[in-house]
Amino acid sequence: MVEFRYRSDEVTEQPSVTLDAFLDQSNATAVRLEPDDDARALLPFLDRLTLIEVAFPKYRDGRGYSAARILRESGYRGELRAQGDVLVDQIAFMRRCGFDSFAPEASLNPEAVARALSTYDHVYQKAADTAVPVWKLRHG
Amino acid sequence: MYKYDHYDQALVDARVAEFRDQINRRIAGEITEDQFKPLRLMNGLYLQLHAYMLRVAIPYGTLDSRQMRMLAHIARKYDRDYGHFTTRQNIQYNWIKLEECADILEELATVEMHAIQTSGNCIRNISSDQYAGAAADEVTDPRPWAELLRQWSTFHPEFSYLPRKFKIAVIASPEDRAAMRLHDIGLELIRQDGVLGARVFVGGGMGRTPMIAPEINPFVKADDLLSYLEACLRVYNRYGRRDNIYKARIKILIHEIGADEYRRQVAEEFAHVKTLGIDPPLAELERITAFFAAPAYDAVDVETDRSDPDFAVWLDQNVKPHKQAGYAIVNISLKPIGGIPGDATSAQIDVMADLAERYSFDELRVTHAQNIVLPYVAKRDLYAVWQGLRDAELADANLDLISDIIACPGLDYCSLANARSIPVAQKIATRFADMDRQRDLGELKLKISGCINACGHHHAGHIGILGVDKKGVENYQLTFGGSGAEDVSIGKIIGPGFDEDGVVDAVEKATEVYKALRQGDERFIDTYRRVGLEPFKEAIYG
Repeated sequence: MVEFRYRSDEVTEQPSVTLDAFLDQSNATAVRLEPDDDARALLPFLDRLTLIEVAFPKYRDGRGYSAARILRESGYRGELRAQGDVLVDQIAFMRRCGFDSFAPEASLNPEAVARALSTYDHVYQKAADTAVPVWKLRHG
Repeated sequence: MYKYDHYDQALVDARVAEFRDQINRRIAGEITEDQFKPLRLMNGLYLQLHAYMLRVAIPYGTLDSRQMRMLAHIARKYDRDYGHFTTRQNIQYNWIKLEECADILEELATVEMHAIQTSGNCIRNISSDQYAGAAADEVTDPRPWAELLRQWSTFHPEFSYLPRKFKIAVIASPEDRAAMRLHDIGLELIRQDGVLGARVFVGGGMGRTPMIAPEINPFVKADDLLSYLEACLRVYNRYGRRDNIYKARIKILIHEIGADEYRRQVAEEFAHVKTLGIDPPLAELERITAFFAAPAYDAVDVETDRSDPDFAVWLDQNVKPHKQAGYAIVNISLKPIGGIPGDATSAQIDVMADLAERYSFDELRVTHAQNIVLPYVAKRDLYAVWQGLRDAELADANLDLISDIIACPGLDYCSLANARSIPVAQKIATRFADMDRQRDLGELKLKISGCINACGHHHAGHIGILGVDKKGVENYQLTFGGSGAEDVSIGKIIGPGFDEDGVVDAVEKATEVYKALRQGDERFIDTYRRVGLEPFKEAIYG
C-alpha cells in the first residue's frame, strides 16, 4: 500500500506487471522491476509509463537506487515507487535517487519520515532530485 | 589542512543530532537491535566481544593538534585512557558505552571530526599517502583530491547500500606508501602532457580472496574523475554479487567478468554519466587545494648533530628526507617492544599533538602501518622532537623493521576473529628486541591477522601470519612474499600452521635463512623472490 506520495497527480489504478509481461504487451502503463531486472530495458517506453514500481525485497539490496537514477536520468517523469523492505532511514536517499512514492511493507511513522526528510539542509553531490550540491552553492 | 565551511559543519552537526535520536529510540526500546544495527554501522559503531567499539574517521589520515588532543580527551573521558590507530588511518575506541556515543560524536564535531561511513556497505574513509605534501617524489599533493572524494562520497544516495564495503586510496607518487592496489579503487595521480589526471585501478583487496587491482583506465582527466568513479560504482552496485557476502566485493565481480568487460561497461556508463554534470568545476578543487598550501618554511638546511648514539639510530631509521631543504619527515613508531601495535595512551596522544603544534606546522598523519607522522619538522628541531618522544616512550627506532608489526585487534577484542593477534606480535617483537639484530635484518614487513578477513594485511606482509581456529585451538599459518608497496604482491602460504610459540620460532628460522642467503643489500623479500620458498621450507619444516 502506498503510504507516502510526493506527487500531485492522480494515483494510477492499473496494477503493475512484471518486466517480461510488460515487454510482451503493448498497452500496459505500469510495470514492476525486481532487483535483477535491467531498468534500461524500459527506456524505449518511458513516454507511455505512468508508474514504475521498484521492488526492495531486502533493505540491504541497493540495486533499486541505481535503477531509479537511470530512469530519472533518462527522462522518466511518471511515478517511481519504492515497494518492499523500505526503512525510514532510507527514504531521504531514495528521494534523492528519484523515488516519489513509497509502499513500505512495514508501516512507517509519518512523523519519523518527515523528520528523516528534513534532517539535512544540504547535499554534497548532484543526484536525481532538485537539491543543489554545496560545490555549486560555493561557486554559483 | 582542510577547514570546514558552514556547509561541512552543518552536515556533520545534523548527523550527530540524527544519530542521537536513533540511539535514544534504541535505548527506549522503540527499535530493536536488528533495526538499530544498520544505523549504528553507518556511524562506525560496532558491537564487539566485550563492548561497543567506535571507529572515528581521520580523513586521509590527516589531522591537526586540536583534533589529536580531542582524540586523547575521548580516550580519557569515555574509554580506558587509550585508543587504537588502524590500518585505515582511523582510530578505534574499544570500550564505548552506547549512551555516551552521541556525546562523543558531538565533541568530535566541534573539531571537524566524525564517524560517518567508517563501517557499513558504503564508501569508507578515503586513505592516502602519509607523506603527502612532504614527499620529494610526488607529482602533486593527493590530499585535495582525497578531500574532494570525501565530500562526493559522504551520504552518497546511490551508493550507501552497495553489495559490500568500498575502500578508495589516492596516491601521487611512484612509491606506494598506501597499499593503493589493494583497495577496491586505487588512484595514482599522474601528469600526462602537462595535464593532471589519475590512473585508475579497480578490484584490489585482501580478505579471504586477495587480489591486486588491475588497471582499468590509464588516464582519467581531473574534471572527469567523479563521473568516472560514479560509473565504476554504478556498474558494481548493479552487478556485484549479493548472494554471498564472501563474494560481494568488487574484486570478485571483476575477476568473474574480466577486467576488459568491466572496463567496457564502465566506459559505456561513463559516456552516459558524463552528460549529467555531476563533476564539480575545477574551481572547487582549487578552493580545496588552497587549504593544503605548503607551510611557511623558514628553516635553513643544517647538519644534524649525531653525537647522541640513541638519537642517531632513530634518525637513521625513523626520519625520512623531505622535499623542502632544511626539513625532514618524522615517523613516530607506535610499536614499542612488547606493546600493542597501534595503541597509544591519551598522554602519548597529547604529547604527539604538542610536538606537532610546536614543531610540525600543527599537522600529523596516521599511517596504514599504524604509526604516526610529523610531516614538516625542521632539521634543527629533530633532537628536541626526539627528546620529547623519548620521554613519552614514543622513540622506538624500528620503522619498517621486523618489530614494526601491523596487527589487527584479533580475538582479544574482535567478534569476527578466530585467533589472537596481539600476543603473537608481542612475542615476535620481544624475540627480536635487540636493535642491532633488527637493523641487521633491515626492512622486513611483518603483518598479522586474527582471521581470514585480513584486517592485519597479512597477505601484503613480507612475512604474513594468519590466525585460524583449528578444532578449537589457535593455529597460525605463515605466508611469505607479500607486499603492499609499488612492488605489490600477495604472499603464499608456506606449509602447515604452528601454535603461538611455533610461529615465533618459524619466523626466527626464516630470518636465519635470509641472513645466510642474502646478497648485497637485498631485503628479506628480495632474497625470498630470488631463491624461492624451498630453502625456507627446509629450515622451518626440515
